[in-house]
Amino acid sequence: MSAHSQSTAGSGIAPGAASTPRKRQPNGADFVIRLLERQGIDVIAGIPGGANLPLYDALGRAGSIRHVLARHEQGAGFMAQGMARVTGRPAVFFATSGPGATNTLTAIADAKLDSVPVVCITGQVPLGLVGSDAFQEVDIYGMSIPVTKHNFLVRSVDELAEVIPAAFRIAASGRPGPVLVDIPKNVQMAPVDQAVFDNPPQPGLPAPPPAPDPADISRAAMLLNAARRPMLYLGGGVVASGASDMAVQLAERAGLPTVMTLMALGAMPAGHPLSLGMLGMHAARHTNLLLAECDVLLVAGARFDDRAVGKAERFCPDATIIHIDIDESELDKILPVHCGITGDVGLALAELLPLLRPRAEAGREAWLTRVEECRRRHPFVMPGAEDPRTPYGLIRCAADAVDHDAIVATDVGQHQMRTAQAYPLRGPRRWLTSGGLGTMGFGLPAAIGAALARPEATVLCFTGDGSLQMNIQELATAAEEGVNVKILLADNNALGLVRQQQELFYEGRLVASGYRVKVDFARIAEGFGVPAVDLDASEHPLRDLADALRAPGPCLIRVTVPAEANVYPMVPPGADNLQMIGGEPEPADAAANPDEDAATTSATAPGGRHVHA
Amino acid sequence: MSTPDIAPDAARSAHPVPVPHAAPDARPLVALRLVVNNHPGVMSHVCGLFARRAFNVEAILCTPVNGGEVSRIWLLVVDDERLEQMVRQVRKLHDVLDVRRQPAGGEAFARLADCMAAWESETAG
Ligand SMILES: Cc1ncc(C[n+]2csc(CCOP(=O)(O)OP(=O)(O)O)c2C)c(N)n1
Ligand SMILES: [Mg+2]
Repeated sequence: MSAHSQSTAGSGIAPGAASTPRKRQPNGADFVIRLLERQGIDVIAGIPGGANLPLYDALGRAGSIRHVLARHEQGAGFMAQGMARVTGRPAVFFATSGPGATNTLTAIADAKLDSVPVVCITGQVPLGLVGSDAFQEVDIYGMSIPVTKHNFLVRSVDELAEVIPAAFRIAASGRPGPVLVDIPKNVQMAPVDQAVFDNPPQPGLPAPPPAPDPADISRAAMLLNAARRPMLYLGGGVVASGASDMAVQLAERAGLPTVMTLMALGAMPAGHPLSLGMLGMHAARHTNLLLAECDVLLVAGARFDDRAVGKAERFCPDATIIHIDIDESELDKILPVHCGITGDVGLALAELLPLLRPRAEAGREAWLTRVEECRRRHPFVMPGAEDPRTPYGLIRCAADAVDHDAIVATDVGQHQMRTAQAYPLRGPRRWLTSGGLGTMGFGLPAAIGAALARPEATVLCFTGDGSLQMNIQELATAAEEGVNVKILLADNNALGLVRQQQELFYEGRLVASGYRVKVDFARIAEGFGVPAVDLDASEHPLRDLADALRAPGPCLIRVTVPAEANVYPMVPPGADNLQMIGGEPEPADAAANPDEDAATTSATAPGGRHVHA
Repeated sequence: MSTPDIAPDAARSAHPVPVPHAAPDARPLVALRLVVNNHPGVMSHVCGLFARRAFNVEAILCTPVNGGEVSRIWLLVVDDERLEQMVRQVRKLHDVLDVRRQPAGGEAFARLADCMAAWESETAG
């Protein structure tokens, strides 16, 4: 592949080195690359600098791993996340000491909150200088403790054989997460015995997933079998444990209406008769209404984030809660659960499945009829879905133009919430969004990473003008690598989601949420070497959209959307999930609904109820 | 500082109110005995975890064991409703090999305080 040889050669630091016969004694850096090869790593994103030059030199000499030169270390971190999120396997990124290392922190914190297995390898000043405020020295070990699952400062070259496999094992075991390995330059340069080099340790693999306690499983089965209005609540852990199919089977067997967190979207395919989509702050009205009615809630691989459950004390007030999670500290953390099950979600669901009474026997029809009735009465409204020049239409029309295996990344803002609401995801590991940290700037580099790991797929990146500007430099990386990333920009020249909160909760005082300069994103993209399509100017927007999505390689597609268009329904931050604002099909209908009156107390959106009022 | 009122519906919450730093004698104390890998970063991992989760440590003692491969840390903490959550979080630290909860009357730590006072007076001047 030309991009490959180009990028490896492009990082060639010493042109003469390639011709040097490989008889020199290997050093720590060579050993690290060797260990990464053995972990199956074939792409690394990163940026070189003084303190990690030996690693780059070793990478260039080995020639076995493709390097993708990011334009910012945060971008490199999100590229690694993109790879890890679509494959489920740990991905690696490199940064130098000091500013290179501090630039990685946001991407690492993001991986921590969304339980994504990545390994960040930073160069550090030589050990002898550590603690002396040397040039480009920061204590990245200390700084990354709160945002990593675990981290290492390698103090001697002898530790590498243990630390590198351990980093991968820890990143991928149990609840996955980011691991940082800080390697001082002298450790990278220290000689490694040829015998050690030739007999590297086994690669670090995930520990076998912990099995749940059978007694807990039977208790859960009893509760579910006795339930009259049970529901299933899927979180990101279901995707992480590869349990999506199992979850769908279980829901089908027992007749469980199913909701998903932002992280779990795709675990049950959109359009499945039992799927009620995403719960929480921007859920369809019927989803939150039905949750409040359920009597037994089976929560799998989720952590009761406040954006999902709203005010925790009022969440599913009448429900007995069964909670399965691989991380014991999540049980009873936010809500006391009646039946806590520690273990791998996939194993737990597989054991639970045969113990559940089949749907017909369990007498679920009344409940499922109620679910359908509520869904009909409080449908999700998606104005403009047919027109690619509206906020929802851009998402729906793009989805129609690509196949079911397309990967979907988002940035953070209104466009993200709309994509979560409207994009029909058909399976797991195709949905990349910054859920826990909500990091603007995630989308483009994560999409690049996904495309690197899945070159055959089309990767859509739904973004906003604010978010895109946070890692816009990665357009150059996209162009250089020729990745199949389609950036779909809903340009409202505003920090739309912030503006929305100011409109709804700060009496319409718009402070610092609109831009005064209008950026010409099409020209910017072209300047970076990425072709652009402006749907505003298009005579046949649907056709131009489809053509742009079909052409190979990166592309930016932009459309102007109104800054006043809010995302509804919306639960105000801190409120319970029944306090939904907006999103009714017809204002008159909604007012006539008795149960709705009780639910929607308040704060009617000044901007009206419809996205295009 | 007074404890904020617990809202009526907070009974449903796993942790109704973050307990502000309680006077050591207001609540029973408990000792956590940790066995940890002995390297320079371990104290940051352990202490940082308590600080981040707003859980005060009343007293701390750390000594190497087994020739210094591992260390033993004793933490004296208030036994409140968040302790179980803290213990579970501590168990997740990869450098922590073992965590045990032991009842602590505080006398042991009082004796230590005496001991420290003695050291300080010995070395003073
Ligand atoms: C790094 C970062 N800074 C600030 C925020 C707060 N924030 C959340 S959404 C948002 C606006 C996003 O604007 P844009 O990307 O244009 O999306 P839109 O809401 O307009 O669709 C901001 C500033 C954030 N989530 N991340
Ligand atoms: Mg915007």
